[in-house]
Amino acid sequence: MSWLTKTLSSSIGKKVLMSLTGLFLCTFLLVHLIGNLQLFKNDGGYAFNKYAVFMTTFPLIKIVSYVNYALILFHAFWGLYLEFQNRKARPVAYAVVRNQSSFSSRNMAILGTILLVYIVVHMGDFWYKFHNEPLPYVQYTENVTTGEVVTKTMDAGYTQEVKIVEMSNEAAGTHSVIVKDLFQEVGVSFQNPLLVIFYILGMFAVAYHLYHGFQSAFQTLGWNHPKYTPLVKFIGTWVFAIAIPLGFAAMPIYFFAKHLMGN
Amino acid sequence: MSEGNMNITLKVWRQKNKKTSGKLETYQVEGISEDMSFLEMFDVLNERLVSEGTEPIAFDHDCREGICGMCSMYINGQPHGPLQGVTTCQLHMRSFKNGDTIVVEPWRSVAFPVVKDLVVDRSSFDRIIASGGYISVNTGNAQDGNSLPIPKDDADKAFAAAACIGCGACVSACKNASAMLFVSAKVSQLALLPQGQPERQDRAMKMVAQMDAEGFGSCTNTGACAAECPKEISLENIARLNREYLGASLGSTN
Amino acid sequence: MSNKLDAKIPEGPLSDKWTKYRSTVPLVNPANKRSLEIIVVGTGLAGASAAATLAELGYKVKAFCFQDSPRRAHSIAAQGGINAAKNYQNDGDSVYRLFYDTIKGGDYRAREGNVHRLAEVSGNIIDQCVAQGVPFAREYGGLLSNRSFGGTQVQRTFYAAGQTGQQLLLGAYSGLERQVGIGNVTMYTRHEMLDVVMIDGKARGIIAKNLVTGELERHFGHAVLLCTGGYGNVFYLSTNAMGSNVTAAWKAHKKGANFANPCYTQIHPTCIPVSGDHQSKLTLMSESLRNDGRIWVPKQKDDKRAGNDIPEEERDYYLERRYPAFGNLVPRDIASRAAKERCDAGYGVGASKMAVYLDFAFAIDRYGKIEANKKNMHDASKEQITEMGRAVVKEKYGNLFDMYKQITGEDPYVLPMRIYPAVHYTMGGLWVDYNLMTNVPGLYALGEANFSDHGANRLGASALMQGLADGYFVIPYTIGSYLSSEIRTKSIPTDHPAFVEAEKAVQDRINKLINIKGKQSPESFHKRLGKIMWDKCGMARNEKGLKEAIAEIQALKKEFWSDLRIMGDADEFNPELDKAGRVADFIELGELMCVDALNRNESCGGHFREEFQTEEGEALRDDENYMYVAAWEYEGESKWNLNPEPLIYENIKIAQRSYK
Repeated sequence: MSWLTKTLSSSIGKKVLMSLTGLFLCTFLLVHLIGNLQLFKNDGGYAFNKYAVFMTTFPLIKIVSYVNYALILFHAFWGLYLEFQNRKARPVAYAVVRNQSSFSSRNMAILGTILLVYIVVHMGDFWYKFHNEPLPYVQYTENVTTGEVVTKTMDAGYTQEVKIVEMSNEAAGTHSVIVKDLFQEVGVSFQNPLLVIFYILGMFAVAYHLYHGFQSAFQTLGWNHPKYTPLVKFIGTWVFAIAIPLGFAAMPIYFFAKHLMGN
Repeated sequence: MSEGNMNITLKVWRQKNKKTSGKLETYQVEGISEDMSFLEMFDVLNERLVSEGTEPIAFDHDCREGICGMCSMYINGQPHGPLQGVTTCQLHMRSFKNGDTIVVEPWRSVAFPVVKDLVVDRSSFDRIIASGGYISVNTGNAQDGNSLPIPKDDADKAFAAAACIGCGACVSACKNASAMLFVSAKVSQLALLPQGQPERQDRAMKMVAQMDAEGFGSCTNTGACAAECPKEISLENIARLNREYLGASLGSTN
Repeated sequence: MSNKLDAKIPEGPLSDKWTKYRSTVPLVNPANKRSLEIIVVGTGLAGASAAATLAELGYKVKAFCFQDSPRRAHSIAAQGGINAAKNYQNDGDSVYRLFYDTIKGGDYRAREGNVHRLAEVSGNIIDQCVAQGVPFAREYGGLLSNRSFGGTQVQRTFYAAGQTGQQLLLGAYSGLERQVGIGNVTMYTRHEMLDVVMIDGKARGIIAKNLVTGELERHFGHAVLLCTGGYGNVFYLSTNAMGSNVTAAWKAHKKGANFANPCYTQIHPTCIPVSGDHQSKLTLMSESLRNDGRIWVPKQKDDKRAGNDIPEEERDYYLERRYPAFGNLVPRDIASRAAKERCDAGYGVGASKMAVYLDFAFAIDRYGKIEANKKNMHDASKEQITEMGRAVVKEKYGNLFDMYKQITGEDPYVLPMRIYPAVHYTMGGLWVDYNLMTNVPGLYALGEANFSDHGANRLGASALMQGLADGYFVIPYTIGSYLSSEIRTKSIPTDHPAFVEAEKAVQDRINKLINIKGKQSPESFHKRLGKIMWDKCGMARNEKGLKEAIAEIQALKKEFWSDLRIMGDADEFNPELDKAGRVADFIELGELMCVDALNRNESCGGHFREEFQTEEGEALRDDENYMYVAAWEYEGESKWNLNPEPLIYENIKIAQRSYK
């Protein structure tokens, strides 16, 4: 396997690792956004909370998410290592620099570091609390025929061994679940304007990071074609640098606005 | 000497040799004509420095028609100055205004150590070519030139890559001092031509290995190199090099 | 006439000479090659190709260049193309025709044997370059494309846009670097040769200066090859690179090598005119432009109108008028003199009035219409035609047009170019025999550094051909005839007294230069020398001017050695010191050029003596008295002995050159 280490330790190989992990994280972001869009559903968090349980219990997803965490860390620290290496290539700095490259492309390491901080805070806010803190439980009872859902917050002392308790009442024609109310937690968290601002700033970092990162990953993999590169750049810009950060940023804004309007 | 009416403040990097450190020195040059080339302004200044008993500024230059690749000034934060697709020697004073302050520095890269003032040592580029930037054909072995038709489009693309003058502006423009544009231009030229096929995989691997050994940084696709390249070598070549290298590393049997 | 110099042209019919020679030249076996060392000075087309090829054969090669990389040699700036008698265009070309065109173009002052050999190997060069990956221009069918150049009526010029020299040199350079990588060639960059070391009457090495540290180095070689280019920079302003110099050749000359035909200077007709006193160099606009551009001046003297405002009937297309058969594609010497004649007569254009127009409006229109037809646009507007025509011209000459615009600030797609002749190439150089060896055993000269193939005028696209012919296909064979008898010579240690002495002489001269401590810079002396040479030994010469020039140069030399100022020290990177040494050699060469021009009481090719011209102003040769190579032997300061080598034409009928 020495050829593999040789390849991956070359300057191109090192970049390929950044590129592949980066693209994986891009896909994760997309999935994460689509899942989180359920926060906007007006169902008292029924879909979202079920989704949260599914994401943390389904074995395959669990594996993928641990891979994801590992890749985030790898992408971050490998990127910083490369940045450090690259800086060594120019020991004496220029007195004057007039750049002909984009802001994003020059500042990937800084944007990436901001993102790393963001991710730590974000994980602490929700992932850590969801896993380790006694969040209140909520029971959703769905009428199987009408689809109507009744939400009931469990008593403060309520706790359960498993993440989800499901019950069916065939006579009543209902199906109910009891889960941790992460939805509520999200709503409460985003009543804090500082956190909202922090999240919005984080999304700016995502936007700029991906504006360069997405298309750069393709270039690193050797994908540059007069017909298809414009498409890659289009997706990189409109989907990854604009739509996805906007979608994510809409969540804190939505909950904060909801809070301001008194519900 | 004075033929024009431009007065320029020059801040020029002075460094005695590889071992010492350098600093920017300020010079006033007066009576510059806008038809002068940038290097001719340096000629005027140097003549004056000699007459004042000061050592003239050392800078690399040779053909002064934009093709040899020897001239190498980092002017106001840009290699070869403000114009696109132009070498330092083809830059003329009409690109500046009377009263301008112009900062001139050498290329800066660990792989291009300063020899003196604005002169740097670019022998790392030669070593990269020597590592594999050729087609191994001994003189006398060639078949008839027309026995190998080459699609015009491929020939044109190969030519566009081969137009690289090896000046090092790409390295100097890159925030990582990466030599990918230079290496990719040579790899692309030969990969696009049928003559280059037999050594194609080997060439990409060897040249990248030598590039890394010289201490150039890695490519982060900022595109500054292509934007500053006096021969406007395309970034497509870097993608091609990535392809060639990965294909060679993963696809070869050795 | 005494015949001290033996050109060693093989016996036999012209077309068999080279074939027979190649089959009979003594060989060196591979084991012996490994212990034979060859020094190659200069890494242009001739030097790089020779160094690479000799290393491929197994010789131990040391290559030297003064630039920071061998790839920078000035061959890189050659624009238009390279000739080869391939007859791919089926237009009647042949080895003989290329040979004939070259001899005639050189105004019957070149050797038949050498030129025929050049034409014979020309085709191999193209094959070799294609195999190396040189991206020559191609047609849509994938085959090689050709264009026309001056002095020929066939299309035999291969090209890569306007950067043919660059592509060919990079090909040779890659071959050279390959050998460097393998270890067969040791490359010394930023090194300048400052003397030839002679042992027992043979060239056995060189003294080179490491330009970065200032150190002098001794290098032994069984043979020394000078591939150091031409000396056009003696005129200060020329199309040569700033660093191009005569120093290596001049040192060889002073060590006994004859210098042949130094007065044959090629003035290229299409260069960007001088714009002011600050000018440091002149820029060529490739001869290939004369394929499509038409040269003209106003019919009216001192016409102040802009070029585009002068109506068709008031324009004088003087080349087409005077030379209807070749028109704008007459050889360079003729085109240059015709331009000078018009400007001297007061018809020049531009602010200085020392320029003529090179106009592409017709070509743009013609190509535009062809494009319109190709695209089935039968009612294309004038604007559309112009736009399409400009695109075609851009593809062919884009880099040249860009360069013109950059330098002059005018757009040549819209306004006609202004051009004027400028010093471009020197046909003269070190005298060599058929083997490319100078009269000093073991000392060779290749490419522009020798005098051999172009007579009194070189045809366009022939310099690249000659440089590569010498390096790839001639020297690898001919050097065997010398080295085969050197296989017993062991490598001579460089503490040999001859090396010590040579190094000391070089060191003394450097010390002398640096210790003059006068007031004037090397550059200022160079400028003054250039002015003398251009005014009195330039496009037109006469006896009076040449005599004055000799006196002025001698005075300049005296002043140089008493009032030169060099800043910095000898033991560091010091371009001023290097320049001073080169200027000192140029001054001495300038004198010899005038001596040669004065001796040659005729006009031929690039040498035009005003006293010798026909009634129509054409060059008037004197074949009876001057059909010889003027080889000059150095005999001491300002003293030379002439060794004429008679030129014998067995195959070509000598005639007055006519392009009418």
